[in-house]
Amino acid sequence: MQSLFQRPGEMTVPERFGQISWSLVTLIALLAAVGITMLYSAAVDSTGAPGSMDPWAKRQAIRFAIGMAVLIFVAVTDLRIWLQYAYVVYGVALALLIGVEIAGTMGMGARRWIDLKIFLLQPSEVMKVGLVLALARYFHSVSHENTGRIVYLLVPAALVLAPVALVLKQPDLGTAGMLMVGGVAMFFIAGVRMWKFALGGVLGLAAIPLAWRFLLHDYQKKRLLTFFNPDNDPMGAGYHILQSKIALGSGGITGRGYLQGTQSYLNFLPEKQTDFIFTMLAEEFGLLGGLGLILIYMIVLGYGFAIAIRSRNHFGRLLALGLTTTIFLYVFINVAMVMGVVPVVGVPLPLVSYGGTAMLTVMVAFGLIMNVYVHRDLRLTRGGIDEDE
Amino acid sequence: MARERGRGEVFGRRAALLAGGKFVILSALGVRLYSLQVLEAQRYRDMAEDNRVNFRLLEPTRGYIVDRYGAPLAVNVQSYRLEIRADLTPDLPATLDALGRLIEIPAKERARILQAVKKSRRIFLPVTVKENLTWEQVSRVEVNAPDLPGVDIKAHETRLYPYGDATAHVVGYVSAVNEDDLEADDDPLLELPSTRIGKFGIERQYELALRGRAGRKEIEVNALGREIREFPERRIEAEPGHDIVTTIDLALQRFIIDRLADQHAAAVAVMDVNNGDVLALVSTPTYDANLFPKGISPGAWQDLVNNRYKPLTNKVVAGQYAPGSTFKLIVMLAALEAGIGPGLTNHCSGFIQLGDRKFHCWKRWGHGTLDMLGSIRESCDIYYYELSQKLGIERIAEMARRLGLGSPTGVDLGGERPGNIPDSDWKQAVVGDHWRPGDTVVAGIGQGYVEATPLQLAMMTARIVNGGKAVTPRLTRDLFVADKVSARPDPEFPSIGVENYSLVMVKKAMQQVVNHEKGTARGSRLVDSAWTMSGKTGTSQVRRITAAERRKRVLKNEELEWLMRDHALFVAFAPFKSPRYAVAVVVEHGGSGSKAAAPVARDIMLEIEKREQQFVSGEWPAQVALSDIRDRR
Repeated sequence: MQSLFQRPGEMTVPERFGQISWSLVTLIALLAAVGITMLYSAAVDSTGAPGSMDPWAKRQAIRFAIGMAVLIFVAVTDLRIWLQYAYVVYGVALALLIGVEIAGTMGMGARRWIDLKIFLLQPSEVMKVGLVLALARYFHSVSHENTGRIVYLLVPAALVLAPVALVLKQPDLGTAGMLMVGGVAMFFIAGVRMWKFALGGVLGLAAIPLAWRFLLHDYQKKRLLTFFNPDNDPMGAGYHILQSKIALGSGGITGRGYLQGTQSYLNFLPEKQTDFIFTMLAEEFGLLGGLGLILIYMIVLGYGFAIAIRSRNHFGRLLALGLTTTIFLYVFINVAMVMGVVPVVGVPLPLVSYGGTAMLTVMVAFGLIMNVYVHRDLRLTRGGIDEDE
Repeated sequence: MARERGRGEVFGRRAALLAGGKFVILSALGVRLYSLQVLEAQRYRDMAEDNRVNFRLLEPTRGYIVDRYGAPLAVNVQSYRLEIRADLTPDLPATLDALGRLIEIPAKERARILQAVKKSRRIFLPVTVKENLTWEQVSRVEVNAPDLPGVDIKAHETRLYPYGDATAHVVGYVSAVNEDDLEADDDPLLELPSTRIGKFGIERQYELALRGRAGRKEIEVNALGREIREFPERRIEAEPGHDIVTTIDLALQRFIIDRLADQHAAAVAVMDVNNGDVLALVSTPTYDANLFPKGISPGAWQDLVNNRYKPLTNKVVAGQYAPGSTFKLIVMLAALEAGIGPGLTNHCSGFIQLGDRKFHCWKRWGHGTLDMLGSIRESCDIYYYELSQKLGIERIAEMARRLGLGSPTGVDLGGERPGNIPDSDWKQAVVGDHWRPGDTVVAGIGQGYVEATPLQLAMMTARIVNGGKAVTPRLTRDLFVADKVSARPDPEFPSIGVENYSLVMVKKAMQQVVNHEKGTARGSRLVDSAWTMSGKTGTSQVRRITAAERRKRVLKNEELEWLMRDHALFVAFAPFKSPRYAVAVVVEHGGSGSKAAAPVARDIMLEIEKREQQFVSGEWPAQVALSDIRDRR
């Protein structure tokens, strides 16, 4: 049994550590710093004035420190281990999803997590990484010719649809959408023919009425309807969107200034520390702050893309780009949501929003991307363990 | 190798496409952000301001109401309310315990407070712990304030009527705003739960002047509506309401109420015959106006409504009584004006026959032969049966109207009723029957369809004795147009167009009523006084005396149930030379005017005379300037 970290004649752990892209780590830390800064502003101190380390900023900083350790740890493991256990991770995630589904049916209403005492484990978060791992492994193993054959697409399609259906039932529209789009993106970069996407798109559209009827809960339908007509119900379901837009709009180009965001301070903005933290930032720092944050995300995503392109093994490429896409989806859905471009679905802004689970998922994802970077010159056979050429 | 390379090339292309797509999408979000924050910024900024800024009304101080010498009739007092805000109290039960050691909080109250806090959706809204704290309680709580987090004492103004019993019918009262008030008046002040508005009397009549104008402050609120801070530069202070100086003499008012204590129900109006100042306006029984500002209890309200003596009715302006023999003054005046001389004599044998009806004099065996002065002095009914037949109802009615009967006096007090002066048109329209000679006969002694309010009777008397000027009563000397105040010039009243000779004759007759040996009110003449009171008695019958009763013996008032007894009336003026004061007294079911009403008028005149002497000798304060009252607040 090979070591988790090293096999004879290959890179030692310190060598791998030396390969880590510290510039990417710096960007990640920058995002987290933005988040902690905003969480400080979101809280009020004991005198009621805006700005406090409690209850969010301090805990978020601690979580980020733990997350950074996880990132480094994942980055210096052997990439082949992840290839080997990709299906296992996916399988465990699927089992957990089924588990919460059963527990949720027995309990009252929606349950998305399992209490691990130390922290609450969300199986859907594990699945975000697990699905990318499984698909990367699958398309890594399937030859280019076979990728063109429909029969070879049935397995990965099932890999995507099973968790999507389970998460949709939870119900968690945002995560289901992320898994679905993330899965489709994996198909895309694996080289599946374009016309098949067109076919899939048509089938997907046809499935919408069915999903509306059988899968969506009333409140989800209401949210979707409100999204298309937010002014209908300004104090009800449309409240979040409208208040968020008001806060954004009142920020202007340069913003109201740090700790000066009135809408969030006066609590007009709900969930400001989690889903709507981007709104807070854009109210206090204006268009410049908002665009600046989007730019940092673009650079980080660019790193992910470059790492994927640079990798000499297909598993690494697929994995890095798949996870980059996952992070992109977080950013896109969150930012589009607070601007009223997509419905309110409860997806956090990676590394900035308050919350431990998403932080851990994102740091593991970055760890794996970094791992691909560390192993950029490693060549892998389709079988996976040994070198191809 | 080749395959791998093929796969790698496809991956490279697709990856570039995907990355490009992400870039485009994120850029599109950036454009959207630009549109929200720059292009549509103003719209959303306005909405943010709406979110954030709220207006609160500042209540104006209600104007005071004072008597002619500045004695307070309606004032505002600070009242203190103890409130607790649950969101500022870490441990509510503990705080209530601490509070309970300072002021008494019964267990029931405590349960109510805890329940109210629990039920309140907005935790920052204060819950009232106790109303109307005494000064001692206020200071005890204030001293211990550091140990009582979330506990606050709110001061607010409540209306107080220092002589609520004596002045209720003049000053009226304020009470909570109801739906109809909101309908009729769109002043936003009325929306405030603490606002009280005038419902009766001067409080109602001069509501707009007394109320003042609301100010407002702009405050920043959070999503829950809690006040965060104020923008002081945008504050508009409230304009306090105007004070109202009434013509009422509080001491006289109270004297009259005391004087009427032995009667169930009575009405008195005292008026300056020259300028119309109403010095006293008394309706008994009265009630305490202080019952109303805080909300009268249903039980107390029912007691007032069901009281047979009708305390809620202002009998001076809304009580309509047959004027009885006081109306003979009008008939006499009409006769003199019609050219009938005062020498006209008539023989009274106790009754006259008119068609198939017999009309009796109050004096069973008759007065014998009387001239016009004698007819008033001894109040002979037969004389007026004959005289009114000579005149006809139209001439009598016309004279009555000139003296102000039959229509509201226009006094600045609500709820006034017009009384009634009948004529043939009126009877046709209202009763649906033509005028009969008997109607004229009955009207000639102020009975039947003739009705007048006590205030009208006082005004009638004033117009006779002031040289024939059409004086009208007033309760304030200030002139209010909406909420603007200005000093009202002493009015120039038009003449009622009656010969001075006629007026002098009527005055002479009235003088004899009180001062002549045979006068009906001789018992009430002023003795030990520089003044001579003159007047006219009236005893108005409220029941029909049957022929059978008349044959046996007409029952005395004392033998009848209260409601069946005659109303006792007396109108008076004094002094005789250059008269100054007119008084009308109506004692409901009081019996004869000479016995029940005239002595009241006599005592009032004596009191007025006494007060005038005090005033001249400086014992009484001159009219107090309003600024002095303000300073005393």
